[in-house]
Amino acid sequence: MSSAMYQRMRGNPKFQALVSKRSRFAWMLAFIVLTMFYGFVMTVAFSPATLGQAVSEGSQVTVGVVIELFMFIFFWVLTAYYVKRANTEFDALTQEIVQEAWKENQ
Amino acid sequence: MRPLKQLAARANLGLGLLACTALAYAGPALEGAAEKQATNWYAITMFCLFVAMTMGITYWASGRTKSTADFYTAGGGITGFQNGLAIAGDYMSAATLLGLTAMVYGQGFDGYIYMMAFFAGWPLILFLMAERLRNLGKFTFSDITAYRLDQGKVRTMAAISSLTVVCFYLIAQMVGAGQLIKLLFGLDYNIAIFAVGILMMVYVTFGGMVATTWVQIIKACMLLCGGTLVMILAFSQFGFSFEELLTKATAVHKLGAKLLTPGGLLADPITAISLCMGLMFGTAGLPHILMRFFTVTDAKEARKSVLYASGFVAYFFNVIFIMGLTAILIVGQSPDFFEGGTIGGKLIGGGNMVAMHLAKAVGGDMLLGFLAAVAFATILAVVSGLALAGASAVSHDLYARVIKKGQASAADEIRVSKIATICLGFIAIGLGILFEKQNVAFMVGLAFGIAAAANFPVLILSMYWKGLTTRGALVGGYSGLVSAVLFVVLSKSVWVDVFGNKAALFPYTQPALFAMPIAFLLAYIFSKTDKSVRAQNEIDAFEDQYVRAQTGYGAASASNH
Repeated sequence: MSSAMYQRMRGNPKFQALVSKRSRFAWMLAFIVLTMFYGFVMTVAFSPATLGQAVSEGSQVTVGVVIELFMFIFFWVLTAYYVKRANTEFDALTQEIVQEAWKENQ
Repeated sequence: MRPLKQLAARANLGLGLLACTALAYAGPALEGAAEKQATNWYAITMFCLFVAMTMGITYWASGRTKSTADFYTAGGGITGFQNGLAIAGDYMSAATLLGLTAMVYGQGFDGYIYMMAFFAGWPLILFLMAERLRNLGKFTFSDITAYRLDQGKVRTMAAISSLTVVCFYLIAQMVGAGQLIKLLFGLDYNIAIFAVGILMMVYVTFGGMVATTWVQIIKACMLLCGGTLVMILAFSQFGFSFEELLTKATAVHKLGAKLLTPGGLLADPITAISLCMGLMFGTAGLPHILMRFFTVTDAKEARKSVLYASGFVAYFFNVIFIMGLTAILIVGQSPDFFEGGTIGGKLIGGGNMVAMHLAKAVGGDMLLGFLAAVAFATILAVVSGLALAGASAVSHDLYARVIKKGQASAADEIRVSKIATICLGFIAIGLGILFEKQNVAFMVGLAFGIAAAANFPVLILSMYWKGLTTRGALVGGYSGLVSAVLFVVLSKSVWVDVFGNKAALFPYTQPALFAMPIAFLLAYIFSKTDKSVRAQNEIDAFEDQYVRAQTGYGAASASNH
């Protein structure tokens, strides 16, 4: 029975739309996080002095500290962005897909 | 020579708490034997309050724990916010507070880099896993890997690697706990081990996931409040000026102006990348963390859990960074905290005591007592989560699904998981006592390495790759497990430091970069070449699984009991 439901959902063009939209979104965010994080790790490994520069003349605050603090905040903002979009736009679409499959079932 | 060796071994025990072997590089800054301290009555009183409160909750929870769903996942009725706090409580161990503060104190920026590596896995878990975990899983993560594959074989494999991860993690936690409690409370090592083991058994057997969740929530709140308070009091001494703090800290620290430059900790690129991969993907393969995703109502709440959890973790890491930096001046420049009163000598109680000394310096014995109680509570919360994850691998996967082939009654299944919890508790106590004088630093690294190489590849492939078959999953999972263990055993941390051989056979301390590709590659090859009828059926079954993963239709719901 549920296999028939799955069959109908899969056939719904909205399902394809949901999957491609959400996957693209999720992978894009994942790509940003991975690139920034491993870019940072590579800089730590190969060119630590770059991160050790002062942000401004006479300041003790280094570029590395600022970048890392930025990553902490930015990554969290990305999670908030994903949650917001997934919990509203994508979930509404999901609901429609499930309901349409139910209706066909009747 | 002998006492020296012992001292070094004991110094490393504290490090074992930290989730990475590379910490052993932290060297002199974290040295110090865990000798018994004077009994701290403030700490004991506050800890007793915590125990009384959590026991009350356990009693209340035991009345609500009737079905298997209640026991494993608190009936799936935990909200996203509560679960976020509980995940943060599960993830931030005593090492986070003590070890990372000590690391920033000793190594400056390197400690901050570690924290980033601990944090960066969370956004990825959200983007790529959280939703599918919740939509496909019920009680354990092997519900997902075994969804369309051979139940018996795949679950057995997942249970073996889960239990391996849980045991290594438990040893590190127990030994660390014993040393810490000896230090903080002035209790005997064995008494401390028994206290932790027995409290853990009580929480889990009587209160199941409901009690474990609340222990983790309360502990997370205590940790966040205690840390914040210490940070504010300490930072206020510098007028909340980061620039002023840094100017003063760099003036006195042995690293000088290099305090906020990446140092030698991650100098070797291969180790750096391997460590970061292990921490990132290991987090996504830890059974006790994955289990938390099944306690919420739906995918919506699962996503919110990660949002809150990562927010708390990120916030707390930055609090620790400030704590470590202020400690350079407040603790590092005060003769009260050094043996014999020599500044720059050996810290009283060892390197891991930096956070505790800081609490005492800014808030007196009261705050010290509170923070010590927080550290103890933290250990309890982490071991309870581990025990529950281990017990469910035994009862839900091995007993109910493999041995009884899904025919076990709920009452039997719960009874088995309670027995498993008690066994795990005694195993933990036994191993804790057995490993008292051993260097266990490599064990947490091993746990993360196995989680990253054995659990994560099969889990992610089962969710994303249609072509995965039972044969591929088994070969991939077991090869990841075996290679992660082998690489660690042959590396310096075990081959040289534990077995006393001259040179390591495997040159790197972190297995993830090498063991993960082995697992992925073998899973791919053995799935691709699997031409059996069963393999074709498994591949065909992916379509339905995929729709469920995407829509959550048919997912185990909160009203499932």
